[in-house]
Amino acid sequence: MKYFDSGQIQKKLGSRLLLNQVAKRLFFLATLVGLVVLVILIYRVFSDSLGWIDFEFLSNKLSTDPQKAGILGAISGTFWLMVVVAPVTFFLGVGTAIYLEEFAKKGRFQSFIQTNISNLAGVPSIVFGLLGLTVFVRGLGLGAVVLAGGLTMALLVLPIVVVSAQEAIRAVPQYLRDASYGMGATKWQTIKNVVLPAAIPGILTGIILALSRAIGETAPLVVLGIPALLIPLPEGIFDKFTVMPLQIYYWTIDAALVTEYANLAAASIVVLLFILFLMNSVAVFIRNKYQKRY
Amino acid sequence: MEKSIGQVRKMIEENKKTASLTNVVEKVIPKTLFVIAVISILTTLGILVTLLSETVAFFKEISFIEFFTGTVLKPLGQNAQFGVLPLLTGTLISSAIAMVVAIPIGLMTAVYLSEYASEKVRKVVKPILEILAGIPTIVYGFFALTFVTPILRSLIPSLEPTNILSPGIVMGIMIIPMVASLSEDALGAVPNSMREGALALGATKLEVTWKVIVPAAISGIVASFVLAISRAIGETMIVTIASGSSKNFTFDITQSMQTMTAYIVEVTGGDAPAGSTLYYSLYAVAMTLFVFTLVMNLIAQYISRKFREEY
Repeated sequence: MKYFDSGQIQKKLGSRLLLNQVAKRLFFLATLVGLVVLVILIYRVFSDSLGWIDFEFLSNKLSTDPQKAGILGAISGTFWLMVVVAPVTFFLGVGTAIYLEEFAKKGRFQSFIQTNISNLAGVPSIVFGLLGLTVFVRGLGLGAVVLAGGLTMALLVLPIVVVSAQEAIRAVPQYLRDASYGMGATKWQTIKNVVLPAAIPGILTGIILALSRAIGETAPLVVLGIPALLIPLPEGIFDKFTVMPLQIYYWTIDAALVTEYANLAAASIVVLLFILFLMNSVAVFIRNKYQKRY
Repeated sequence: MEKSIGQVRKMIEENKKTASLTNVVEKVIPKTLFVIAVISILTTLGILVTLLSETVAFFKEISFIEFFTGTVLKPLGQNAQFGVLPLLTGTLISSAIAMVVAIPIGLMTAVYLSEYASEKVRKVVKPILEILAGIPTIVYGFFALTFVTPILRSLIPSLEPTNILSPGIVMGIMIIPMVASLSEDALGAVPNSMREGALALGATKLEVTWKVIVPAAISGIVASFVLAISRAIGETMIVTIASGSSKNFTFDITQSMQTMTAYIVEVTGGDAPAGSTLYYSLYAVAMTLFVFTLVMNLIAQYISRKFREEY
């Protein structure tokens, strides 16, 4: 007696295996789409910027003449912006993370803050721009200066820093804390001398990633009214400033009027991507070199 | 003898001093950190209060019904009209186009990386996808306007120089890594025993994936789609650059449309005088945008919490 018809199975199995092979190739092709677009995008930007990036481009101030225009102003603006964003996010982000991980009692309030932070992470960046416009630029009367832009950006990237600092603090094993308590250290002494030093590589990685997000962000600054066409360089946090993404924005839009502006935009993009690449490399380096696995 | 007692007393006094300082620090630090942690809540409150107060001022001048059912948005000039529908359709259409690109490609990428790819391939592909996710949106905007639009125009001659199709597609590409990595996490959380069980019953890899693994991970996958939609709705620079500022009320994707985000950029860029209806309209639109994305995020959190299968 035959329990199954092997001919029938062979026939069906063939098509099932074929379908499997087809699907495998289809999934592979879908994976390639992202990679191919990345290659095209980078090739495209580089070829457009060819011959435009030189010492003069990096060291000249802005000019309406494409041949003389440089991005020194935008680079220094980005630098000053980071001078505000870095300490503020470190202070707020790490402070919040320590509170949530070490002090807060597990309960309603803690999960309320936690939910609030993950919801903040999902708020569109342009809404943060309106918050900054209303509170910092107009409410406090700061105007469109570095400090107003920096505080807005700091709030925008705060969730990134909090979440990564929390993960880093949580990864510090309990026995290190217990050993410290056993030596008679108080809670804050334990956090300051044991937990934070052990967690600092993870925290730094998160901060660098947050800063690279802030460097590339455009929309909130447009809303704050940060100008793109600004000649004088900022010299402090109360000066007016502009940043690279804004420069790229206006050059891209005005490329319809002056064709060379498209090349200037591409050249600025290359500089921006290079800076982001450097920052991410540093983050990866810190993660691989200093992060201990317990 | 007496001298040493005096020394001990001194030491005790000194110890008390440092101990009291330590005690003060121990009391002050938790309170300080608490205040810092509350700042994140204040940020949310700040967003709500600024948006709400100005939105209320807006609805004193323009009726609720006029705003949400008006098909004409003409913020400047004599007979200014504030209907939000042109912006809503622009936002929803560009997000829909982005999803048509991002959902199938993102999910297939996730399935490939989680079920088919070797460890070697994963190690190469994942960092590249992270790079794609880390590129600033302004760069995608430049790419959409100077590269994708010209190509699309040579394929579809009726396409306008600024249109909603090109930024929609580019936005979709930008969101692929997000869908891929979140879905891959969901697929990876399905225990191997389920794969092995299905394979032992004679299923092919595709059948295992499609009939066992994807259904088991569906809550995480759907949550990733919802988050992707929320991201697309809030995306600003790509649509601002590549879709122009025509406030068309249309469903024709070859035309220029304005999204809610692009409207906010246009109006703030034009220095709307504080107190004007135009200025208040900014906040009403932002409020609508905020509510949309918040609801999407809450839905995503609800789905992944409620329908998560525990193994």
